[in-house]
Amino acid sequence: MSAVTSPARPASSGMSARTLNRIVIYGLLALFAIFYLMPLFVMLVTSFKTMDEIQNGNMLSLPQSPTIEPWFKAWGQTCVGLTCAGIKGYFWNSIKMVVPAVLISTLLGALNGYVLTKWRFRGHTLVFAMMLFACFIPFQSVLLPMATILGSLGRFGATLQNATGFNFGLGNSTVNLVFVHVVYGLGFTTLFFRNYYEAFPTELVKAAQVDGASFFQIFRRIMLPNSMPIFVVTVIYQFTNIWNDFLFASAYAGTGDVMPMTVALNNVVNTSTGVVEYNVNMAAAMIAALPTLIVYVVAGRYFVRGLMAGAVKG
Amino acid sequence: MSTVAETQIKLTPEHDARPGATVRSRLQDLLPKIVLAPSFAATVVFVYGFILWTIYLSFTNSKTFPSYDITGARAYQRLWRWTFESDPPSSWYTSITNMGIFGFLYILICLALGLFLAILLDQKIRGEGVLRPIYLYPMALSFIVTGVAWKWFLDPGLGLEQTLHQWGWTSFHFDWIKNKDFVIYTVVIAGVWQASGFIMAMFLAGLRGIDGEIMKAAQIDGASTFQLYRRIVIPLLRPVFLSAFIVLAHLAIKSYDLVVALTSGGPGGSAWLPSNFMYEFTFKRNEMAVGSASAVIMLMTLTAIIVPYLYSELREKPR
Repeated sequence: MSAVTSPARPASSGMSARTLNRIVIYGLLALFAIFYLMPLFVMLVTSFKTMDEIQNGNMLSLPQSPTIEPWFKAWGQTCVGLTCAGIKGYFWNSIKMVVPAVLISTLLGALNGYVLTKWRFRGHTLVFAMMLFACFIPFQSVLLPMATILGSLGRFGATLQNATGFNFGLGNSTVNLVFVHVVYGLGFTTLFFRNYYEAFPTELVKAAQVDGASFFQIFRRIMLPNSMPIFVVTVIYQFTNIWNDFLFASAYAGTGDVMPMTVALNNVVNTSTGVVEYNVNMAAAMIAALPTLIVYVVAGRYFVRGLMAGAVKG
Repeated sequence: MSTVAETQIKLTPEHDARPGATVRSRLQDLLPKIVLAPSFAATVVFVYGFILWTIYLSFTNSKTFPSYDITGARAYQRLWRWTFESDPPSSWYTSITNMGIFGFLYILICLALGLFLAILLDQKIRGEGVLRPIYLYPMALSFIVTGVAWKWFLDPGLGLEQTLHQWGWTSFHFDWIKNKDFVIYTVVIAGVWQASGFIMAMFLAGLRGIDGEIMKAAQIDGASTFQLYRRIVIPLLRPVFLSAFIVLAHLAIKSYDLVVALTSGGPGGSAWLPSNFMYEFTFKRNEMAVGSASAVIMLMTLTAIIVPYLYSELREKPR
């Protein structure tokens, strides 16, 4: 759509009114840009300030004598609850959780989307609708049964550990969270791939089938090489969602060494012993934000596309 | 709908001609379903099964641990009684009134601001490529992260109030985050900050999809810019309004970490939303049945919004 203000207007009185118009538009846009950037700006400058400067200075001023000390302290020394070893361990917890969860849910989503568009069977719409509805449920409605099941699996794992020496990952918080995120991420990943493959020419699949290609051969040789864009979207979407999750993390890994980053950060910030070190808190928050922020800066366009796909049927 | 499966059936006689191929080709026919089955089973068990389980628990008298003796709708009766207990407000009363205030303002402001920004950005703006990501990035961050900054910014002793005092405006007063009657509005501000950029992107995509010819025709007919948007553009954006509403409504009902990170629940739990109520009653106050009942009510509210939407989206459209 073209700009609305430009054509079909008498130029004489229009010129100054138009300039004014542009100034107002740019002014408003800049004002909102400040509104959106402000929290990130405050976090960033504060994380490089000394405590002295924070107590006596202005929240919005740039650091007078920038120091990287708060970042080191947040990473290696700050207290999370009672242990004071920084947030690095929790950062790795999140990485260990997010990588397998993203990979598994994305791959399953791709296979599901492939089946639901190219190998349709009676009732495929109902199956898809049921999986899609699962995206929208408030997770509170499954939180408690999942906690019960994970609890019994944990006890079963302990029994196995005693009997065989292995617990096969049962009762391990990271494994639990991977499982939970895969299960409740499937709806979205399936939605993304289903909508993408819907537009993929079925004739190609048919032709390959006549040539005798099997189900998996078609998937590997024809679908996968053409799925790069939607893989990027899905991986980014899942990565952001799982990294940022707080509800499941606090319900199933809410205490001790097993906490993911978000829960640990919330503990750092709400630890109220002694002087609150705002610079360290902000540095910790920045560290927690960096992975998704980097992903967003590098591939933000795809992130939007992913969010849109979740909202609008393609 | 014509699919590969039909072709498959036509091909089978050939396969049958060779002995022993029947089993293999039947397996090939079943393979797609076998591949889909684990995901579907997981959805049935861990979503729908668990929902039924939660509904079941809400009719028991579970406290700290689940109990499986049905004792009737006591939990719902209590919630119902609390619904009208406004003086002093019960935590359920606070939660649902907050949900009303938050949901209404959050959806309304996000829609208005999103549309406004999208229209501004659609005026052939230089630097659109810089502005768009700035408006959008909050959606990529966890609220646990940005809540740290917001909490600080809204704190009367440290943030905006203090800054403006330093700049000389000493009569400025802004302590909503510590005020039990106003704390929910700080949650609205932060929520709008997070989601409005994304709604902007949705509207912008919608605007870019409108046929330029229609606009030109209207301009030639002498429509003013305002009329053009009111009479032509906004009505054409109806599907985007619907999608944006669905996104916002489900985000609003699911909002949880927003309240935790920003207010830790607010003074005396005054910033709770039903999701916080559910979590606190289930895991902290040992009232599992009441927590489950509140989860069921949340789910039903969401279902009432989502199911008609999904139905209209997935209905077989004439092609």
